[in-house]
Amino acid sequence: MSTATRTAPARTDRPAPGTAPVAVRHVLSRIGRYVFLCAVLGFFALPLLWLATAPFDETPTITASLPRFTLDNFRALLDNPYALSSLLNSVYLAAGTAVLVVTFAALAAYALSRVRVPGRDALLYGLLLLSSIVTGTATMVPLFELAFRLNLIDSRLGVILILSGGLLPAAIFILKDFMDATPTSYEESARVFGASPLQIMRHIVVPVVRPGLATVGVWAVANVWGNFLVPFLLLRGPEKAPAAVIMYTLYTEGGQADLRLLSTFSLLYSLPVALMFVFVSSRYGFRFHGGIKR
Amino acid sequence: MKGRRRATGAAPDAAGLGRARATGFLVPGMVLILLFLVVPAAWTIYLGVTNYRLTGLAAANPEVVGLDNYTRALTDERFRSSLVLTLQFVLGSAVIGQAGLGFAIAYALRDRRGPLRRLVEGFVLLSWILPSSVVAFLWIALLDRDGGTLNALLGIPGTAWLLDHPMLSIIVFNTWRGTAFSMMLYAAALENVPRSHLETARLAGAGTWQQLRDVVFPRIRGHVLTNLLLISLWTFNDFAPFLITAGGPEQRSEILPVYVYKVALSGGELGFGAAISFVMLLINLVIALVYLRMLGRRKETA
Repeated sequence: MSTATRTAPARTDRPAPGTAPVAVRHVLSRIGRYVFLCAVLGFFALPLLWLATAPFDETPTITASLPRFTLDNFRALLDNPYALSSLLNSVYLAAGTAVLVVTFAALAAYALSRVRVPGRDALLYGLLLLSSIVTGTATMVPLFELAFRLNLIDSRLGVILILSGGLLPAAIFILKDFMDATPTSYEESARVFGASPLQIMRHIVVPVVRPGLATVGVWAVANVWGNFLVPFLLLRGPEKAPAAVIMYTLYTEGGQADLRLLSTFSLLYSLPVALMFVFVSSRYGFRFHGGIKR
Repeated sequence: MKGRRRATGAAPDAAGLGRARATGFLVPGMVLILLFLVVPAAWTIYLGVTNYRLTGLAAANPEVVGLDNYTRALTDERFRSSLVLTLQFVLGSAVIGQAGLGFAIAYALRDRRGPLRRLVEGFVLLSWILPSSVVAFLWIALLDRDGGTLNALLGIPGTAWLLDHPMLSIIVFNTWRGTAFSMMLYAAALENVPRSHLETARLAGAGTWQQLRDVVFPRIRGHVLTNLLLISLWTFNDFAPFLITAGGPEQRSEILPVYVYKVALSGGELGFGAAISFVMLLINLVIALVYLRMLGRRKETA
């Protein structure tokens, strides 16, 4: 760009603005930045390469390499008794949890937003604090015990309930923000015309806060879809296990791992969250404004 | 706690809900939270002072053994080494790895729009959103001794990363896995730093370090603290390393979550495991309280 003279003086004496050393440093820092970004790109892309190549390789190995293209590997999914059914289990767990979380959180958030309950803010912060402290990892022992006593071992409903309990506080918190931001005038006029609270909820509040409900729903699905620990602890046997657990058993159990199956299954299992992410980021922009929560 | 039903008739809220119905709206969510967050937390405390086991005599009628589990933990070599490994894991992968790399990426991309930024951000975010059992296998494949892509690239076949350097492996893995959050948080924070201030500092001859120290950091201090506390909390509770090394070899990557799992659920010592869990809960509580206090203070000054 600029004429970079080689005679850069010692860095310590401050050159006046616009002189050559500043330009040199500028060019160098630009180059440094590109090199750094390329390294970052390499670091983050490298582990993902295998996921992109192996499923389509005629003879998949553990090394990522240019595939000799085939779609035959996907037949391995049909041959394995648990591959496709585990994805269905994941859908079941994710959908069940999302419905429960969105419904219960919306009801609670609406009540907290519209009615002056004493100690409301303290309650909300207390719940949020609780949900960030009481993680599945820190309470796996009592959760297991509890599930055992409530007869929820090996029950998908048990997994759904436990996951919902963990997600609800943050969901209520997010939805209350959405509810607080919507004007109450529609509700008031609907009430004047004799609508019942549940009607108002269904026909006025829900349509208005739909973006909030969608946000919480997507967030719940993403959380459950990848969750390994809770179903791993509670579900026995592969019939009810979701994809997260089946994936783990595929590469840990028994002899030589079937790479055709592993690679295609990984891809199929990853695809929904990847698509969801693309959808969300193209529609709403995947950014933080100020700060917040995963 | 909530809903003293003194209100006569409908409270003056928009939908005419009234306290009674509002309480009704709260109940389903609160029941789930009570049952699956509050009860487990409280139960951890109780279980931690018993000799409860998964099977055998102590499973039928557990006895209260007081603080035995805690004194045992203190003298247990395996617990102490697990604690040290956890500290390494949190410091290495969250504080240094995720926060450092996340900031560096956000800073390098700060005034950039266009395909390069989208590409970098896309890959960083992808590693964050993929299911953990999938990325765990991707890393096992990457680091494989014989056929791993990393060894093939570096031209050093036969290096058993997961056996020889298990901690380093899971630290780098978790850095890769979680940098996205820090990157996005710092990207948002850097938008609060006026470009003109940076420009002025640069023209005055300040180097990158000086700019960061004198211009950037004072303005994003709150974000840095938020970031460090949240990622420390998450990393401390991360179970994903279990999917890669399962704590091995020889417990050399056995961080606390994995340790609890092995002692309590594989080993069947639920009482002892609960005691360790309680220690984890306390550590979580400390991190979370520091975080909340800080948020409160920031709100006051704002």
